[in-house]
Amino acid sequence: MKTIINGLKDENPVFALGLGLCPALAVTTKFENAYIMGLCVLFILLFSSLITSLFRKIIPPSIQMPTFIVIIATFVTILEMFLSTYLKDLYYILNVYIALIVVNCIVLGRCISFYSKNDVLTSLKDAVGIGLGFMVSLMFIAFFREILGSNTLTIMDATSSITGYKAVYKILPNMKIFPLSLFATPAGAFITIGILMGLFNRFIKGGKHGSN
Amino acid sequence: MGLISIFTSAILTQNIILTRFLGLCSFFGTSKSEKKALLMGGCVTFVMLISSIICYLVYHFVLKPYDIIYLRTISFILIIAIMVELIELILKKINPTLNDSLGIYLPLLTTNCAILGVCLLNINNAYSFMETIAFALGSSIGFTVVIYIFSTIQTRFEKINIPKCLKGYPISFITAGLMVLVLSRYIGV
Repeated sequence: MKTIINGLKDENPVFALGLGLCPALAVTTKFENAYIMGLCVLFILLFSSLITSLFRKIIPPSIQMPTFIVIIATFVTILEMFLSTYLKDLYYILNVYIALIVVNCIVLGRCISFYSKNDVLTSLKDAVGIGLGFMVSLMFIAFFREILGSNTLTIMDATSSITGYKAVYKILPNMKIFPLSLFATPAGAFITIGILMGLFNRFIKGGKHGSN
Repeated sequence: MGLISIFTSAILTQNIILTRFLGLCSFFGTSKSEKKALLMGGCVTFVMLISSIICYLVYHFVLKPYDIIYLRTISFILIIAIMVELIELILKKINPTLNDSLGIYLPLLTTNCAILGVCLLNINNAYSFMETIAFALGSSIGFTVVIYIFSTIQTRFEKINIPKCLKGYPISFITAGLMVLVLSRYIGV
């Protein structure tokens, strides 16, 4: 429980550490894409933490980095094959960003700094915490961007081929200024995440961050 | 699409940092000083060009004929890692001073998502060989230009009073957002 809160708050990968920013900006135009991306990263984190912590004594330090990259790339390939078979539409949208999990700073950084030094159980716990932290941050960003940018909240649309449900809601009443398409564009992505990070520093981290 | 339009759109309208969000870590990390930004840009240009060419060749002459396209991610990342290592070795022999000044940037390029991203985008967009070169060159020049402009802005941050909670990443993000807005006026989104 403590590790999960740690992943959400003090070591929140997106808001506190500033890692894994590419997907955080790119796929958060829709709520659904965001949580699927979060789940993908969680999956990769779980399996690569398992493997790296299992083999941490066998892998020589000099070739640590290439080994980790290959381990992560293996699981990313598995994930790509899965998505391209079962969730074609979504795979088409997420596209390069799934493959780019290989070089995602969260997974690789965590492998080098944490999983290669700790035993299996601690690593797995940490992976769950960091993965959930990442997922929640993405959902948080996407929540604001989708509602403000296109006045919808997509919970299930492309995934409906598996679940059989479709859930797209309209949230805001009709107004003159909303939907403001700025939030759906790249510029809106940068500005939204900047403001959310500022609020995170101010209210959740309690001003600790400001000192450095 | 002509080569020139691919080249210019890679610099401006489809800039890898500002519209595709690739290479953000190096964008925020190394853009503290102008000289570092230019060095980083040079490294990226070189590695991106060479690795896109090799990835193109490997994809079309190895992966495709043997029907092992699903191995592209893993093979591309290994190609990039090898290229970076090779360039480092060559630089150490030919020009040790330049190698020292590049320092940690060169090995970090392996995990730079801009380079892997461009290699994958080349394949996804089904570019021909010449188009691949145009896209890689355009993207890397776009990367260098944006990172340089951003570094000149960031050096001004030290002189002004920023609210405590916005220091560091948040203000950089908002600045980058404004940069995209300026650019998107030019594109006409």
